Amino acid sequence: MQRIGVFVCHCGSNIAATVDVAKVAEMALMEPGVVHAEDYQYMCSEAGQAKIADAIHEKKLSGIVVCSCSPRMHEATFRKAAERAGLNPYMVEIANIREHCSWIHKDMEEATKKAVILMRAAVAKVNLNTPLQPGESRVTKRALIIGGGIAGIQTALDIADAGYEVDIVEKTPSIGGRMSQLDKTFPTLDCSACILTPKMVEASAHEKINIYTYSEVENVSGFVGDFTVDIRKKARSVDMDKCTGCGVCQEKCPSKKAPSEFNRGLNNRSAIYTPFAQAIPNVPVIDREACIKFKTGKCGICSKVCQAGAIDYEQKDEIITEKYGAIVVATGFDTINLEKYDEYAYSQSKDVITSLELERVMNAAGPTHGHLERLSDGKAPKEMVFIQCVGSRCADDRGKPYCSKICCMYTAKHAMLIRDKYPDVNVTVFYIDVRTPGKNFDEFYRRAVEQYGVNYIKGQVGKVIPQPNGKLLVQGSDLLDNRQILKEADMVVLATAIEPNPDVRKIATMLTASIDTNNFLTEAHAKLRPVESPTAGIFLSGVCQGPKDIPETVAQAGAAAVKAIGLLAKDKLLTNPCTAHSDELLCNGCSTCENVCPYGAITYEDKEVNDHGIREVRRLAVVNSALCQGCGACTVACPSGAMDLQGFSNRQIIAEVDAICR
Amino acid sequence: MSAKKKQAELIEEISGVNPLKCMKCGKCSASCPSYNEMDIKPHQFVSYVINEDVESLVNSASLWKCLSCFACVERCPRDVKPGKLIDAARQMVVRQKEQTYLSPDEIPELLDPELPQQLLVSAFRRYRR
Amino acid sequence: MKYSYYPGCTLRTKAKDLDDYARASAKALGFELEEIEDWQCCGGVYPLGTDEIATKLSCVRALNAAKEKEQELVTVCSACHHVMKRVNDDMKNVEDICTRANNYMELDEPYKGETNVLHFLEVLRDKVGFDELKKKVVNPLTGKKIGAYYGCLLLRPGKVLNFDNPENPKIMEDFIRAIGAEPVIYPYRNECCGGYISLKEKEMAENMCDKITESAEGFGADMLITACPLCMYNLNKSSRREIPVVYFTEILAEALGVKEVQA
Repeated sequence: MQRIGVFVCHCGSNIAATVDVAKVAEMALMEPGVVHAEDYQYMCSEAGQAKIADAIHEKKLSGIVVCSCSPRMHEATFRKAAERAGLNPYMVEIANIREHCSWIHKDMEEATKKAVILMRAAVAKVNLNTPLQPGESRVTKRALIIGGGIAGIQTALDIADAGYEVDIVEKTPSIGGRMSQLDKTFPTLDCSACILTPKMVEASAHEKINIYTYSEVENVSGFVGDFTVDIRKKARSVDMDKCTGCGVCQEKCPSKKAPSEFNRGLNNRSAIYTPFAQAIPNVPVIDREACIKFKTGKCGICSKVCQAGAIDYEQKDEIITEKYGAIVVATGFDTINLEKYDEYAYSQSKDVITSLELERVMNAAGPTHGHLERLSDGKAPKEMVFIQCVGSRCADDRGKPYCSKICCMYTAKHAMLIRDKYPDVNVTVFYIDVRTPGKNFDEFYRRAVEQYGVNYIKGQVGKVIPQPNGKLLVQGSDLLDNRQILKEADMVVLATAIEPNPDVRKIATMLTASIDTNNFLTEAHAKLRPVESPTAGIFLSGVCQGPKDIPETVAQAGAAAVKAIGLLAKDKLLTNPCTAHSDELLCNGCSTCENVCPYGAITYEDKEVNDHGIREVRRLAVVNSALCQGCGACTVACPSGAMDLQGFSNRQIIAEVDAICR
Repeated sequence: MSAKKKQAELIEEISGVNPLKCMKCGKCSASCPSYNEMDIKPHQFVSYVINEDVESLVNSASLWKCLSCFACVERCPRDVKPGKLIDAARQMVVRQKEQTYLSPDEIPELLDPELPQQLLVSAFRRYRR
Repeated sequence: MKYSYYPGCTLRTKAKDLDDYARASAKALGFELEEIEDWQCCGGVYPLGTDEIATKLSCVRALNAAKEKEQELVTVCSACHHVMKRVNDDMKNVEDICTRANNYMELDEPYKGETNVLHFLEVLRDKVGFDELKKKVVNPLTGKKIGAYYGCLLLRPGKVLNFDNPENPKIMEDFIRAIGAEPVIYPYRNECCGGYISLKEKEMAENMCDKITESAEGFGADMLITACPLCMYNLNKSSRREIPVVYFTEILAEALGVKEVQA
């Protein structure tokens, strides 16, 4: 028989205001096995933990129940306290009477009744608990970064500087990401390439960093400390070792009609291409969809002009399999598709562009060589209109419910840069709210208004109306003046909502990392663990976790690196002992458990068993406890009841249910 | 419950609109082809209902200027759809006895040979019970 | 192929052309429009009060008549199309309206939005197919620059009518191409003509119609086509410009070579 202690926490008024905690403690003493019960203001405090330790010693407790907050909050705290007092930590159970009870109920009598029931269930379980011992698993001292933008680069540099091997997997032909497409950066207006390129070079030159560009993660297995990842290196059709990056192939390539991804489709590139001048690696790829040689078999000019003999039309995709201890997701963002916002005439007029497209227009390496001009006729604009919140803060399925966060600042930047370089161009910004929290941010926006004379109008635009003379009529609200405005513009720029890179869903599924309804990866704790996924060993860097600007991204990238380093620095990890195991005498070898196991932890072996004196060889399920994550899917699926989970055995769960129904 | 509050709730019920979803972006007023004819503008309809001043709404000239063209309904990013509020306010007027914007006596004078039935039928639906 | 057909009140009288040419064209294209017996006026306006039932019943009757014949229901008039689709959506998706309407109707089997409502243009696009239509054209309207005027009732609210992209539609442009003419795309093609406002506020309707015709002419349209008798009336009566406006069914009949037969 167990000797159980029950500890009921007030959590200040969080629990005690709604639950009669003394009553819960009093009722606990009537439960089988309970020899001690008390309530206290803050059980998680040092004094509270001391009470638990004292009771364990004095009453010789063999198990304890803490009635408090969610086990996600303090289960580890109380298990450690119990362990220090000499109790096996798996003899501790939490009854969640805060999130599951006091916070969601108002009536004290009802809430107390429920708290008592939750306490009873936990006591019933502890009565059947047995001490468990965690195993150990090794840590592979290498990290994988998925995504080679500023977030991925920064995380990689920080981890590599701490002395660990890092691989970056980047889908496009070069690292650099969105930041490489930007012209200038707020709030200091320094050139984006000038501050990014050194980091790109540093990453590529770092002896601990290995970069796979034009590559994608194809499969992930394993668990924290010991992931196995398949990386598909797409056929570049150019030998990376031989290519000198001279660029002649791109010049001579006769197929120049493929839209340039880097310039957002505003101009074209050749079929063999490096996305931009500072690309790393400076080795082109052949776009096989656009290449004449691949389409018709004729051409081969690039191969003829290549002095280094680097062109390889026969190259095939290659799968690399590598082991990692930690994985950092840094997949970034894209702007949303504007097809559902045709009132802004984006698809009807070339002179209506997104802000990211304007970055390319303003950039010296862009489609207009940095000259501000209309994309329809090349004329210099005199009137520019910016429209904020296009697709952001939207309650229906046309757009996104969240604020994209970066638009207010980059629009102020665009407006300021245009007024500075082209003082005769008038700039009008239609806004709903101007949101500029951040160091030197509001000052930056005010400078656009006060120093550069940018005209900010509070009100959204209803429609952009292309005119027969090529101008754009912008019909908008001026809510402060209470009038409807019709403004003729030469160019309209849409502050288009951002969304996580669409590939992130696929990646999250491979990593079993959770993702929210907007496809942002979920943090382990919104406030206290913002750079970790709830899945152990997976870390989050940059916009894949939520909208953020460059300084925030870099800060988060560093934080993710620290968390990854903290993991890589360990030689061994304790494994969760709550894993499944199969009763050999009950298993009928049906494979049902193998099919439902999401971790590939179950295999089948032919084994000799002694079934009440009958010796025979049977096909039996075997669980690899290093791979098992204790999800319990197999125990539910097993038709013969052979599968059971340590710490959550079928008997324990039935006992809990019985206690609730009593 | 005050009479004012009751009126505001009635308008929410008839329209099926939750005015609290509005973020005051003004896209409705930016889209409205009748904007210049209106005394109370489409975006203001929302705050009038929130402030429980339905009386001003039902006395507003805007009721008879809204075309029910649904431009505001289509473009509202917050699913508020002010056009529905205007329609509801109009319903509150025409459902009362004698409260109409069109009397049969006026009709002969407004007719012309090409005028389609559709016009009369819709005007009657809009202007009176 | 046989469809239930709901012509609507105006197509019986002032918009007889819209109706006659639709029927003649349907025949030429090999489908039949079977007029619903004893149909009643849809009211021309969808009752926006969510609590209204009686004003929706004429549509429910027509919809149920089509259901009983196991046919899809075709309309030609924009307003009928609009009201019919919205009432049908209520019957399908708004339980309260569905229950109350059925309580009034006392049908043998309650009507729950089973009928599929199609505008004549949707029949051309989704059933006949514009490529197929193109093959049947005998008098292509080559060289004609035609602006499609959609107005509001065909397009909005986009989610319920599910007709085309309400901000940048293309069904009428594709139709114009299919009959051999050149579509003129202009931004006011989905702006309101003023609708019923022209009864008492003539000047408002004039301003709106002028914007539409000016925009269409500015982009080079020789003529406008519409599916709505009220738009037709307003554009002809209220616009100070002279650009001709015809029903889309008229140029369809012309292209199919059945216009004269009809007239």
